[in-house]
Amino acid sequence: MTKSSNKIDSQNLNVDVHYLTRVEGHGNIVVDVKEGKLAKCEFQVIESPRFFESMLVGRSIWEAQHLTSRICGICACGHTLASIKAAEDALGVKPSAEVVMLRKLLLYTEMLDSHILHIYILVAPDLLGVKSIVPLIKTHRPVIEMALRMKRMSDYGAEVLAGRHIHPISYVIGGLTQLPSREGLEKLHTLMLESRKDGEATVKIIKTLKFPQFQRPTQYMSLTSDDEYAMYDGDLMVNGEKSKVRDYRKLFMESVVDYSKAKISKINGKSYAVGSLSRFNNNFNKLHKKAKAVAAELGLKAPCYNPYLNTAAQLVEWVHCLEESITILEKILKDGLKEEGVVVASWPKRSEVGKIKYKPNTGTGCVEVPRGSLFHEYTIDDSAHITAANCVIPTNQNIGNLEDDMRKLVPELLGKKTQEEITLDLEMLARSYDPCISCATHLLDVSFV
Amino acid sequence: MKKQSKPKVAFFDFTDCEGCQLQFANMGNTFLELTELVDIVSFREVMSENGQDYDVAIVEGSITTDNDVARIKKIREKAKILVAFGSCATIAGVNGIKNRSPLELAKQRVYGDKAGLINTIKAMPLDAVVKVDYYILNCPPYIPEIIAVLKAILLGKPYPLPNYAVCVECKMNENVCRYEKDQECMGPVTRAGCNSWCINNGNRCYGCRGLVEKPASDAAKDILQKYGLKVEDILNSFTLYNDSMGEKYDQEFK
Ligand code: SF4
Ligand code: SF4
Ligand code: SF4
Repeated sequence: MTKSSNKIDSQNLNVDVHYLTRVEGHGNIVVDVKEGKLAKCEFQVIESPRFFESMLVGRSIWEAQHLTSRICGICACGHTLASIKAAEDALGVKPSAEVVMLRKLLLYTEMLDSHILHIYILVAPDLLGVKSIVPLIKTHRPVIEMALRMKRMSDYGAEVLAGRHIHPISYVIGGLTQLPSREGLEKLHTLMLESRKDGEATVKIIKTLKFPQFQRPTQYMSLTSDDEYAMYDGDLMVNGEKSKVRDYRKLFMESVVDYSKAKISKINGKSYAVGSLSRFNNNFNKLHKKAKAVAAELGLKAPCYNPYLNTAAQLVEWVHCLEESITILEKILKDGLKEEGVVVASWPKRSEVGKIKYKPNTGTGCVEVPRGSLFHEYTIDDSAHITAANCVIPTNQNIGNLEDDMRKLVPELLGKKTQEEITLDLEMLARSYDPCISCATHLLDVSFV
Repeated sequence: MKKQSKPKVAFFDFTDCEGCQLQFANMGNTFLELTELVDIVSFREVMSENGQDYDVAIVEGSITTDNDVARIKKIREKAKILVAFGSCATIAGVNGIKNRSPLELAKQRVYGDKAGLINTIKAMPLDAVVKVDYYILNCPPYIPEIIAVLKAILLGKPYPLPNYAVCVECKMNENVCRYEKDQECMGPVTRAGCNSWCINNGNRCYGCRGLVEKPASDAAKDILQKYGLKVEDILNSFTLYNDSMGEKYDQEFK
């Protein structure tokens, strides 16, 4: 941690946050100002890489989802869905409308879960001036119980839909290995209706908290769709222009920096942001009306250029996902689910192993996960074994943007705040992106230079 | 009477997805009750404090760098009790797949011409480097088992791992066997304790808990015989979690 310094020095600053806490994974913030000049401003990802893209090579595409959900414990459902979509794209499998609806429900459930975890457990302690949720268990017990109740609701959703939240079980290529039970869905519906008032209470709380004032317009990328607030499907949108998901490599460029295990990603040579605020800025009009009302209550308007307000955008999305989930659940409870979406756990069947020939192909899948657009891409041979894989994770895409934010923010604070205050502001800035560093190190480009 | 001080618990993570730790957040109110029984002194994912004084170290993730080796040894020195938490920590988990190709190739596939910047060694479970006192298996850990192990630790008792196959639990749950559906399943050779979690949800067992001690015995034998399989038939699939089985497979079949 930083050395104590009460004297405010406008010429020199040295921030070295070794192991940023309350984030997923391991990262450092290093800022060095010498004689008024910003000599260093880095967000270093130091997590040990896990080599998922290499692990995938040679394995059956039917195993890909099982393996890649293990990239991240928080976004396991998102990785599952991006993986399944990429595999289906490669194999030419088309899921039924009902299966797509259940997948959206699972994705919303994870969004609900992750956003509430971030808002209460990772960000709220900063805004309340404490170091973690632990002292809040004593001082703010009813709020913590509420947060856990909200989290429990979404965890229960993933349990009912997919068997569990961390590394879901029943969502596979082509459909589900088992339909969720009616009793489970009914209970989830009840829990979601009850959660509405916890959501309202959360809006009241977040409204009273003070986010730092800081503005930096940047490029915002997300999925977009004419039909809905895009999360499961759509085209990519940046600077008002659309492109196809499969062209993602043409849209953004990645480069390796020597201080970090994560690559830096750019569009038109400049950094860009993904995540709640980007989706909010790009797709505001498609939000549920209750979510729009919450945005108004929080004073959040699109476009919003304050990265700290990503947390507020998460709350807006929380309300959106809750309302969309309730709508889907009510449709299912009214119409029932048809068995046609149920497929066997793993293809090919034992008796088919080695007998089916596939078309060698490359498939790409993208979904919006809590931290932004997540891409999986697999190339398969004629036995449906993976010959190359690429996973692009939101945190990686955000790192360049975060560093550019820090470059603008540090000079604005120099001479006005103490070193500790600046350090905290930088930590909070990094945390507002909800970085998921453990995933970020798996970002790679498989093209060999 | 003097009140006994609460055991100090610290969480550590190595190379992994952090899903294991998240299972604590997923416990809901049980987590709040836990905070009353123990003092959590370090938990980087949820708190900024970083206590260096602890009795119990709950460690997740695999050892994959030289730095990891040094760090786990330090943790071992300080901890009275060391708990290996989850498949990555207990059997190297999916990280072990990395060991199936030469390290240089893995680095190059992922980082291209910058492969030289990456420091990595073979992925290992914790007990390849230090002594482990308690094991919590599964990927992700099964909450009832987490609680059972924590109870054993608080009572100072050992926690014996089940030494029968997942099939036993699967039968008790009255699932239709995956082999009946022309599917493969690792249940016959996998150590029980997850209550056949995946099969209950229509999927098959992938072997995330590691091998049962005598995989060809007991329930396993019946199943395999019934469907005309040898243990080796399913070892290939077993490499998803257990890389040493991969080596065995290579030696015997390639
Ligand atoms: S054991 Fe599974 S859940 Fe735990 S850290 Fe490893 S991959 Fe994640
Ligand atoms: S082989 Fe699998 S599905 Fe069949 S009884 Fe054993 S665990 Fe259950
Ligand atoms: S059924 Fe198999 S793969 Fe699933 S949790 Fe149990 S041991 Fe792990």
